[in-house]
Amino acid sequence: MAEAGFWSSYAWPFILTILSILAMVVPLLVAVAYLTLAERRVIAAMQLRKGPNVVGPFGLLQPFADGLKLLFKETILPAGANRMVFLLAPMLTFTLALIAWAVIPVADGWVIADINVGILYLFAVSSLGVYGVIMAGWASNSKYPFLGALRSAAQMVSYEISMGLVIVTVILCAGSLNISDIVEAQRDLWYCIPLLPMFVVFFISTLAETNRSPFDLPEGESELVAGYFVEYSSMSFALFFLGEYANMILMSGMTTILFLGGWLAPFGIAPFIWIPEVIWFLLKVSLVLFCFLWVRATFPRYRYDQLMRLGWKVFLPLSLLWLVVTAGALVAFDWLPAAGGA
Amino acid sequence: MSVMSRGFRSLLMGELLSGMGLTLRYFFKPKVTLNYPYEKGPISPRFRGEHALRRYPNGEERCIACKLCEAICPAQAITIESEPRADGSRRTTRYDIDMTKCIYCGFCQEACPVDAIVEGPNFEFAAETREELFYNKERLLDNGDRWECEIAQNLEKDAPYR
Repeated sequence: MAEAGFWSSYAWPFILTILSILAMVVPLLVAVAYLTLAERRVIAAMQLRKGPNVVGPFGLLQPFADGLKLLFKETILPAGANRMVFLLAPMLTFTLALIAWAVIPVADGWVIADINVGILYLFAVSSLGVYGVIMAGWASNSKYPFLGALRSAAQMVSYEISMGLVIVTVILCAGSLNISDIVEAQRDLWYCIPLLPMFVVFFISTLAETNRSPFDLPEGESELVAGYFVEYSSMSFALFFLGEYANMILMSGMTTILFLGGWLAPFGIAPFIWIPEVIWFLLKVSLVLFCFLWVRATFPRYRYDQLMRLGWKVFLPLSLLWLVVTAGALVAFDWLPAAGGA
Repeated sequence: MSVMSRGFRSLLMGELLSGMGLTLRYFFKPKVTLNYPYEKGPISPRFRGEHALRRYPNGEERCIACKLCEAICPAQAITIESEPRADGSRRTTRYDIDMTKCIYCGFCQEACPVDAIVEGPNFEFAAETREELFYNKERLLDNGDRWECEIAQNLEKDAPYR
């Protein structure tokens, strides 16, 4: 009897959870691998080059060649480094980039943990990302990583504030912290239309949050060599790299969920709703990711004071203002969603 | 007023969007990359690539061991030793070029009175060890035999300008 209880109440759910985590993480890692290739191909195309196209058909095996190369390299531990923290930092970055995916629904009900504070969890995890950077910069015990980490920390903290306000605006409109509810609330109208300025602010903040160009000055190679991961090599570097790209996908997923209607088909009419929800989600995420790469191919890097000015003197007032305007409009026109979901 | 309009213009991000429009147009343009190992760009007849020692059509080597190339070589990459051959003509017994020293200035081929040492059109002679780049007379003569057709053509094309 106890045996059966163990299986049905403990072991079986455990196995199911592990399987669902694998079903999320493995495609995610493949996506990360191909995002690195896509980045090189897209940027190459915008610079009238072809990009890697020799390893495998269309260069499709290039990410694996790169991965193997990194795997076989030597992990160098600097003599002055705090070894424990030094090795912990990339793992932390990578893990944090992955665990956020627990609450991302890729289709209706396709989510590992459908928790009611999903968006809060997402925001908390993405804020924790700064610890990996700071730990890496401090543990390397070297000046460039330290400066890079300081910059990165300041930048991520600054842009989190405007991101938080944008998320609050979305939550006001959706009336729920549950991510699936937020997506469902966009069935009639994606939030990117009524909240267009917030959508733009959010997208630009995600660029800064993931340390992507034009806000990639934590790793500004012209003055800091490579920023906080100067001292990293081999797998520890690969983990940072994977973490950065997983974060990009995560932020694209967040943008999709908050503003582009998640897995919902546009217009909700015949030819569009035949396509599976998960395909819509992937398409939208890919579109946002393409914008990430597109922006990188287009703009030069911001100067540090410009970055801070944009974050504190433009985005913060703008998102605060829009938050107030949104809240006012919701109350004035009696559009407030019912408590606990639209 | 101008502050206001400037503020509005930066809020609407017109400049940023037009920049992104430009990169998007380039995204769809035909690419200029040459698929290098399979596709190669044209090179000038004056191209100064890998060295070669040429022969006359009857198979006699051109080099007369005058050592002008050795003398003019600014990198001192050429080493020549010579002595009279059995038939009395002066020939090199040793003609070495250290390709790791060579700066490919082309002075050796300019100095050569008999067009013996030339820099051919070949630039794909990368090696995995330094030793492979210390060319001796045999290697240079081999190069001459291998590339004679192209070298002769290039010399002919360049002749009117000399």
